[in-house]
Amino acid sequence: MIVTERAYLRSDGRKGIRNHLLVAYLVECAHHVAREIVHPFRESGVELIGFGGCYPNAYAAKMMRQLCTHPNVGGVLLLSLGCESFKRTELSEAIAASGRPVETLVIQQSGGTRKTIEQGRVLVQQLLTQMADVPRVPLEMREFVVGTICGGSDATSGITANPSVGRAFDRLVREGGSGIFEETGELIGCEAIMAERAVTAELGTILETAVTKAAAYYTVLGHGSFATGNAEGGLTTQEEKSMGAYARSGGSRISGLLKPGDVPPSGGLYLLDVVPDGEVRFGFPNINDNAGIAELIACGAHVILFTTGRGSVVGSAISPVIKVCANPETYQRLSEDMDVDAGKILEGRGTLDSVGDEIFDLSLAVARGDKSKSEALMHQEFVLTYKTFEPIGPSCLPRV
Amino acid sequence: MSDPRLLRLDPLDNVLVTIQTLQAGDRVTIDGREVTVPSRLTLGHKLAARDIRNGEKILKYHMPIGSATRDIAAGEHVHLHNMKSDYIDTVEMQARHSSGRST
Repeated sequence: MIVTERAYLRSDGRKGIRNHLLVAYLVECAHHVAREIVHPFRESGVELIGFGGCYPNAYAAKMMRQLCTHPNVGGVLLLSLGCESFKRTELSEAIAASGRPVETLVIQQSGGTRKTIEQGRVLVQQLLTQMADVPRVPLEMREFVVGTICGGSDATSGITANPSVGRAFDRLVREGGSGIFEETGELIGCEAIMAERAVTAELGTILETAVTKAAAYYTVLGHGSFATGNAEGGLTTQEEKSMGAYARSGGSRISGLLKPGDVPPSGGLYLLDVVPDGEVRFGFPNINDNAGIAELIACGAHVILFTTGRGSVVGSAISPVIKVCANPETYQRLSEDMDVDAGKILEGRGTLDSVGDEIFDLSLAVARGDKSKSEALMHQEFVLTYKTFEPIGPSCLPRV
Repeated sequence: MSDPRLLRLDPLDNVLVTIQTLQAGDRVTIDGREVTVPSRLTLGHKLAARDIRNGEKILKYHMPIGSATRDIAAGEHVHLHNMKSDYIDTVEMQARHSSGRST
């Protein structure tokens, strides 16, 4: 099955559904200049990302590399202050090696704020010209990657939006595409059931261990899981609560475990382990929904399915975010921000299957160029913080 | 045919989810059988889709979310009073098995 006939072919062979130019700051000190460079080009596909930290971090370096060479990205302008620890030359070389045009501006060497903004805007014009003639080719389903996340959940999330996305994921995986779900901290209680869905017993153990790690991590942070409010909302057990979030994964076999920045080797369903390895060091694994979205995108997600009950409005840089609204009342209030009204299931105007099909079809339409609501509203949230990960081993991606 | 006020998340589930508030005394239809709702139930609560025996797994999304702690009749509210979690906290388990080791 062909997702779109007009994907952007990159020199590294990967294919995108958008052709964004990224302006990426490499420390917070370069953030303002980068934002000012982007501003006049906001409607020309130029987007802002960056890493605020001044201290080195291997995870952040990998994330930036994977994001700057994401299939939806056609070129990059790096913005450095000059004395931060981020290895800008390494990043620039990795981007160039992927066949993408890349330029770097160092504020300390280019005359300060005003002059760097001027030079940056000239470079953006040049890069946009260089990116304009990317070959357009068909994107096969087996090359299509979709991520899912939830935010602002309520009692409806687990019974409408999440299982509907699960149905869409079932169809995606059946057709040969890749689906990635995440947030192991919300899967506590599901680990045994999830392990049974792994394609190998060894992978099953790895999935269970990932959830155990999350449970330990959140315990240290003092975050309980099952609260009284959950019971009032009709939930009875820890596993039932987690099942509501887990429902987004659908019913396919689980093909592997990824860590942020790892790209699925082939079609299938993947769990993204977002909880850092080792001792608790830098605080909450993901400080907000966009931190998780950025990680899904770093794994190659072309499109993000975001389920919400209370109603989130966020989007993202790089890949379009599709909002699936679980609660019909929220949908009424925030319809300009919502792409799919999954709450209609509660009113008898749809079923999990019909809404699942709607989500799947909308993902394809967005891949073919339709703008999601958050994309049309120019949401381009982006967050990247400090983490520590051990690389995944071969058993995380078994060949079966 | 089930009641439009109740959602069956998976055909094999033995519980249904209320998708609007039901008042005590309301009559709902489960598989053609009329049952009386025993107490006020807000959105998101569960009713037994059929008779469930003590010890049987409660299935929602076709997945076990715990076990019945007594016999539950079709149409009864399934909640903290008649089911329990089967989940053993992994952190607690580790702490029990390896006291003194930091996790």
